[in-house]
Amino acid sequence: MNPSDRLECRDLACLRGERLVFKGLSFALRAGEALRLTGPNGSGKSSLLRLLAGLGRPAAGGIAWNGASVADDPDAHRRRFLFLGHQDAVKPWLTTRENLAFWAALHGAAAAGIAPALARFALTAQARLPARFLSQGQRRRLALARFAAIPARLWLLDEPTTGLDEANVATLETLVAEHCAAGGLAVVSTHLALKLPGGGGLALADPAKADLAPAGPAGARAA
Amino acid sequence: MSDRGIDRSGVGGGLGALLRRDLRLALRQGSDTATVLAFFVIVVSLFPFGVGAEPQTLAAVGAGILWVAALLAALLSLDRLFQADYEDGTLDGLLAAPAALTLLVLAKCLAHWLTTGLPLVVLSPLLALLLNLPEPAYPALIAGLVLGTPVLTLIGAIGAALVLGARRGGVLLSLLILPLYIPVLIFGVGAVEAAATGQGFRAQLLLLGAFLLAALALAPFVAAVALRQAAE
Repeated sequence: MNPSDRLECRDLACLRGERLVFKGLSFALRAGEALRLTGPNGSGKSSLLRLLAGLGRPAAGGIAWNGASVADDPDAHRRRFLFLGHQDAVKPWLTTRENLAFWAALHGAAAAGIAPALARFALTAQARLPARFLSQGQRRRLALARFAAIPARLWLLDEPTTGLDEANVATLETLVAEHCAAGGLAVVSTHLALKLPGGGGLALADPAKADLAPAGPAGARAA
Repeated sequence: MSDRGIDRSGVGGGLGALLRRDLRLALRQGSDTATVLAFFVIVVSLFPFGVGAEPQTLAAVGAGILWVAALLAALLSLDRLFQADYEDGTLDGLLAAPAALTLLVLAKCLAHWLTTGLPLVVLSPLLALLLNLPEPAYPALIAGLVLGTPVLTLIGAIGAALVLGARRGGVLLSLLILPLYIPVLIFGVGAVEAAATGQGFRAQLLLLGAFLLAALALAPFVAAVALRQAAE
């Protein structure tokens, strides 16, 4: 990990259909920091994470990594981050281990990291079990185990705690803390009071109530 | 860790990983291949009831029946090509992965052809027997299907990507894709008929080969663009 890594968003605006979800959104994140994204339903947390993952283009503004716009070289950007949306992307007909192994291979990560990643989220006993027998919380853990198995500099997590019990929320917090201590960056949307290193928070406002008048969300950190 | 190290293993490994996963899923679920083959057999065996069971009549229309049935059978499974991945969030993961999306689409097409197109090719001589196809036509039928069915998959992938998220995507897909299948149908049937009457069928096969090469080069790229559009 590079200690000078820096993710910067300037004056981002996002359109969803015909509706403006947010505008004038600016924040910066340095190596070792995690950004906690909060806000009511529909305030654009998922949309922002999808923009950061290149799954959609901002209606205005730009995203930069170490000063260079990510839109100029999306392939290089995709090699930096690991993204998990609110869906688990778990195939019920593959075993727990095969599911994780697929994502690791897709990202070119070492197969040696798979077993420890499963152990991390207490899925070792289910490793050979088809994923259709997993509970919802176990599926979520299997999805999160990707972050333990695949090295990436920027983590993008969309409500990772959905369906997790307390012990596994703690595991996730530790994992993010270790990632940041090693110089990684993370953006995590959540409704929980997750303990994240760096302590940065970004509260998105409800577009219906805020009428989008205040340009920067209240909790936005100064760049 | 360097960007480069992830990249090199990610691109080639991504294609192999996706191909292995899709084949494994197809093998375990099994239903798609079985449905396609059953459809193929049923459609072909309906024709003797419709046009009459005289051997001469069947031999005359046999090539057309086999090709149209193969085409419809391939179409039947195509609307699921990206749909399952789209619904469970896997597609987002594929789009956000460092592997080249064009290669990932190619991997999905290859898996689709191996699990539906290839079984159709293997089954076609048996059904040709049922339709009393003249003996010299068999090589042309098999060679034509070997070259033609991957084209059906590749063109279909573009349509399958375009109709993602649409209601009644399967119907829309047929309307979008079937007209594009006409050239493959013309030269596929042309090869069989030429062979049946003792003429050479090299030209038709070369044209089908040309379609395949063009589809291999263009279709994954176009489908990848459509997939990115679908995710936005």
